[in-house]
Amino acid sequence: MKVGFSWLILAASIFLVLPVSADSLSARQQELEHLLKHDCGSCHGMTLQGGLGSSLLPGDLKERSDDALFQAIKQGLPGLAMPPWGPLLSDSDIHWLVERLRKGSM
Amino acid sequence: MKRRTVLSSLGVLVGASTLSACAPLSNELQFNAAPALSLRGTGDLAVAIARADGKVAIIDTSQEKIIAEVPGLGDLSHASIVFSRDARFAFVFGRDGGLTRIDILEQKITHRVIQGGNSIGGAISQDGSLVAVSNYKPGGVKVFSSADLTQVADIPCGSKTVGLVDAPGQRFVFSLWDKNEIWIADFSKSPFEITRFEDIGRNPYDALITPNGRYYMAGLFGEDGMAQLDLWHLEKGVKRVLPNYGRGEEKLPVYKMPHLEGWAIASGRAFIPAVGRHEVLILDTRTWQEVGRIPVLGQPVFVMARPDGRQIWVNFAHPDNSHIQVFDSETLEPLEHLQPGLGVLHMEFSPRGESVWVSVRDKHQINQYDTESFQLKTQLSLPSPSGIFMTARAHMIGL
Repeated sequence: MKVGFSWLILAASIFLVLPVSADSLSARQQELEHLLKHDCGSCHGMTLQGGLGSSLLPGDLKERSDDALFQAIKQGLPGLAMPPWGPLLSDSDIHWLVERLRKGSM
Repeated sequence: MKRRTVLSSLGVLVGASTLSACAPLSNELQFNAAPALSLRGTGDLAVAIARADGKVAIIDTSQEKIIAEVPGLGDLSHASIVFSRDARFAFVFGRDGGLTRIDILEQKITHRVIQGGNSIGGAISQDGSLVAVSNYKPGGVKVFSSADLTQVADIPCGSKTVGLVDAPGQRFVFSLWDKNEIWIADFSKSPFEITRFEDIGRNPYDALITPNGRYYMAGLFGEDGMAQLDLWHLEKGVKRVLPNYGRGEEKLPVYKMPHLEGWAIASGRAFIPAVGRHEVLILDTRTWQEVGRIPVLGQPVFVMARPDGRQIWVNFAHPDNSHIQVFDSETLEPLEHLQPGLGVLHMEFSPRGESVWVSVRDKHQINQYDTESFQLKTQLSLPSPSGIFMTARAHMIGL
């Protein structure tokens, strides 16, 4: 009986959670796009062409590997003004941002 | 829609009064066309930036509405404005290096130049004749005639420049982010003269000047404390203020640099945003010693005193930028906690402080609050608003 009840809950949560999580993923991407434009943009410029922080346009990031970009976002750059975003963003968020930066044109 | 209607009727009235100046008209028509709307002061007007759309809105703060929008200003993701001494012209400094002169009454651009690759802000000289712009790319400062934006001077310095202010004596003062210096450009001399102060502290990120124009203080990102220059006594050099602040404490991440322009001085005390700490620092303005701290809910960006000095208003960096905290400047007790929405980017008081205008970026709104009751008085629609600038700034030292 107990086991059956758990399965019921699990089955129900799959039904409930799956569609919602698919939606919230794209909603999350929209949030990340917004974050990139406005919050990263507060130092790097809203068009990411640079400001107090360096340019994040694809041509200017060519020399940096995906992993280097991932680490710079997650850990920040010690000694520079780039803060660690690890406390606010998940690893998958950061991977998505790195991919997004490669595409350019905000 | 409503605004457009108002605008077009305004256009008709302006047109009619222009006509009356050129051609003889009947007395009746002249009387009717008395230019009540076309003749007006600018003292109750403000200019607000719509950062994502490259335009500004002109706000009539008495009628509490947007009376015009002026587009075509380029990238305004970080923008600021100073005013001509007659408070008729606004100079808009845009992120893309654009410097634009707007006629607030005619509601149009009069001059525009792309003076650099990437600029951050500017100031207008004591006599109103010069506008200086500080640049990230290619760095340095450029100076223009405020009448027509022709270039008057180029001051390269091999660094991004920040914290550009005007100072008494027809001087501009600014800091070098990459080179840890403060420079004074003295335009009372011809040709202008530069005075340099080296090793002022690592990475000055912004600066302020006291309302009387005497002390220039640069906030340091790369180390604790602030670099202070007494403009009455340059021979004394740069002095470090708050040298021990935060020593040994781990800094919290800074997701947006604090702004020092518009800092707060009230009852002999200065209130300054801490960097990397969720605190407002309090300095005694006679001794410049730290006399207290106010714990706040995030990294403060703007710490501003109501013009009478009675209240201190604080907004915050991401991820706390939906909040405003208000404190009593005497007791330091919290008075109010407002949550207008995500992206509270700027707060501008009316010149005598009865109300404050707040830009709420993600709600695409500018909110006006009564500063006594904290009640919301007005909401204006503007896409992604950021800085709001009252024309009263025309008459303040430092801006």
